[in-house]
Amino acid sequence: MDMIFNPLVGGLLIGITTVIYLLSLGKVIGISGILSQLLFSKERFLPFLFIAGLIIGGSAYGVFTEQTVAFPETRSPLILIISGLLVGYGTRLGSGCTSGHGVCGISRLSPRSVVATLVFMTTAIITVSILN
Amino acid sequence: MYAIITFICGLLFGLGLAFSEMTNPAVVLGFLDVFGNWNPSLIIVMASAIAVGMIGYLIKGKRLAPFVASKWQVPTLRQIDSKLIIGSALFGIGWGISGYCPGPGLTALVNNPSEGIYFVIALIVGSAAHHFQTRAVKM
Repeated sequence: MDMIFNPLVGGLLIGITTVIYLLSLGKVIGISGILSQLLFSKERFLPFLFIAGLIIGGSAYGVFTEQTVAFPETRSPLILIISGLLVGYGTRLGSGCTSGHGVCGISRLSPRSVVATLVFMTTAIITVSILN
Repeated sequence: MYAIITFICGLLFGLGLAFSEMTNPAVVLGFLDVFGNWNPSLIIVMASAIAVGMIGYLIKGKRLAPFVASKWQVPTLRQIDSKLIIGSALFGIGWGISGYCPGPGLTALVNNPSEGIYFVIALIVGSAAHHFQTRAVKM
């Protein structure tokens, strides 16, 4: 039940959010882009509000929702730092991440986003299969 | 108005990540472990989010401007270049190492701070490296 219900509700919420954002503000939701605006643009207020909301909402994990899978054992700082550097640099060079390319980009059938999503899914799957 | 909408969208997006358990790297790594102990639940997340998102773009197609802002600011670039491919490839490797993409990584600051702090600092440093690199090239 939870294996279908929770992801379905989560996915619908994510989809509805991208639609509200698009139709009201005219923009695409891309977390890596919004983070980079918060860090480097002159207009930081709106990106700050979005990221603050994201962290508050995302921390509701286990509060409103039932946790079906345990968190992994804490990984070493070195692993997390290598991962963070690659994600930070890669998403900026590639102009997007799971949200901007994977959800919003595929929704609007952007050829760039379809290619980007295929590429990052492939390298992520290869990385996991090598590390396991 | 912009502020309220932006904050609520951040909140709803975060709740969506939490409900779908994308905030848990174990779930994400299980999804990426296609050749091992595969957990396909994130396919449902992606498919339902994209299906709803498509409705948004159908409505957008019938409107000259958004409901609140004065103009559309959707990316228009269509060219597939080496930056897109290399950047996405690097991102996928980073994602596969930890199970964190940017959104869930940021929520880990609260959900799992002993991991989140290292990931987010590196995420910022990585973004900054690209930012200052491109700025240096422009100058």
